[in-house]
Amino acid sequence: MSERFVYLDHAATTYVRKEVLEAMLPYFTEKYGNASTIYSIGRESKKAIEEAREKVALALGADVKEIFFTGSGTEADNWVIKGVAYANRQKGNHIITSSIEHHAVLHTCQYLESEGFEVTYLPVDKDGLVSPEDVRKAIRPETILISIMFANNEIGTIQPIGEIGAIAREKGVYFHTDAVQAVGNVPIDVNKMNIDLLSLSGHKFYGPKGIGALYIRKGVKITNFMHGGAQERGRRASTENVPAIVGLGKAIEIATKNMDEYNRKLIALRDRTIDELFRRIPHIRLNGHREKRLPGNVNISFEYIEGESLLLMLDMKGIAASSGSACTSGSLDPSHVLLAIGLSHETAHGSLRLTFGEENTMEDVDYLLETLPPIVERLRAMSPLYEKVKEGV
Amino acid sequence: MYSEKVMDHFMNPRNVGEIENADGVGEVGNAKCGDIMKMYLKIDNGVIVDAKFKTFGCGAAVATSSMATEMIKGKTVEEALKITNKAVAEALDGLPPVKMHCSVLAEEAIKSAIADYMKNRGISLDNDGGDCNACSRRCEDVHEQFDEDSA
Repeated sequence: MSERFVYLDHAATTYVRKEVLEAMLPYFTEKYGNASTIYSIGRESKKAIEEAREKVALALGADVKEIFFTGSGTEADNWVIKGVAYANRQKGNHIITSSIEHHAVLHTCQYLESEGFEVTYLPVDKDGLVSPEDVRKAIRPETILISIMFANNEIGTIQPIGEIGAIAREKGVYFHTDAVQAVGNVPIDVNKMNIDLLSLSGHKFYGPKGIGALYIRKGVKITNFMHGGAQERGRRASTENVPAIVGLGKAIEIATKNMDEYNRKLIALRDRTIDELFRRIPHIRLNGHREKRLPGNVNISFEYIEGESLLLMLDMKGIAASSGSACTSGSLDPSHVLLAIGLSHETAHGSLRLTFGEENTMEDVDYLLETLPPIVERLRAMSPLYEKVKEGV
Repeated sequence: MYSEKVMDHFMNPRNVGEIENADGVGEVGNAKCGDIMKMYLKIDNGVIVDAKFKTFGCGAAVATSSMATEMIKGKTVEEALKITNKAVAEALDGLPPVKMHCSVLAEEAIKSAIADYMKNRGISLDNDGGDCNACSRRCEDVHEQFDEDSA
């Protein structure tokens, strides 16, 4: 095993930042009160929740009454899609989304199709961009929701959210964006961008796992998600996970404050990695838009090799990364995102996603650049596909 | 998720490469599904004296190729034809269920290479062991199975 550990999978999850953990800790032990009670430690929990809610609202340019805590980003996506669909059935049964959404959105939409809803899955271009004009053309009188992710978790492409929001507003259709990968990385303003609903998740920006939030614009018709007590104003019953809520609030506050500096740093790491890998390794392809992409995202396909093999060998060298290969997706098809941007199955199997975070350094990039090319060379030497290419040249 | 033996055969694969003027060459799998195995055999008097492979695929695909070549070296053609995918998987101390198809591919690679050898020698095979119709079907079969599992 390698002595060095370089974590390059921040899009999967991040560690909890020290200040965040410190803010959370008292709410596990001495400040354990149930926020629905009236005595002092209960009121203290209530106050902590409301302060966290303000921080989330501030980060999105929303009103504090428009923020609802959930158990995860996936829960927020489930709530918003089912909740808007069920609450607006009398208006229509049509939903517009994209073919590169996270499974939390795609599988929820597929479930709704089984319930009689109709879903349009918009295609994307070779860079993974949704065309706002396609959105406009897909809108029907019975369209009740448009759900387009802010930034893609695999290829990092950032969508023209403001343009799509303007179209949705003009047509009077609710607009949801799954912003799980974007919050803390990209400036967001729900009013300027005409976003009606937005999902986010704490553990993508150095907050804890198991906590997310849904922004619901005032006046949007949506069913309640959990039926029970009066928590989250009755919309999402459950005794609040106070430490996680406090952690989410602290994490989003820091992420918003540090965003410019954080982005500058990540973009430098990202761009050097992309440029140098293209200089050092032949037969590779960058997946996702070169500029309109998340600051820390690199996604490259290495022709003639398979992603899981690549990940295992990187792991032996202490580098943690991710792939869109079938072997790592838990299914037998490679990533639906990579197929949607036009990659062949073969090329999609050989993809590698590297996502940088705040603890990464240029030395980490140097280490990656030393480590990766020989691994690719070794796997290609073993590949019967590469043999044919070499013979062909 | 992988046994130590799988990792060993993945990190230090035995018999990687090609054999010039091989007596039998077999290629199975499909790049679309994410794995292709190509096996080369040197056969002397009905005994497999050397075996090499090249594989495009995941860790289990490489490890099963490596193990399969180890297992057939020194065996007669008849003995090699009897090696099952389960035997390959067991020799590696097991494979995760989703990776069992890699061991099937290894078994098919052996059979395909031997079939090629027999064809070259004009020997007919009673059990038609080398015919690899299953390979081209495999991807879809597994997909269907997966769809059922996830439904």
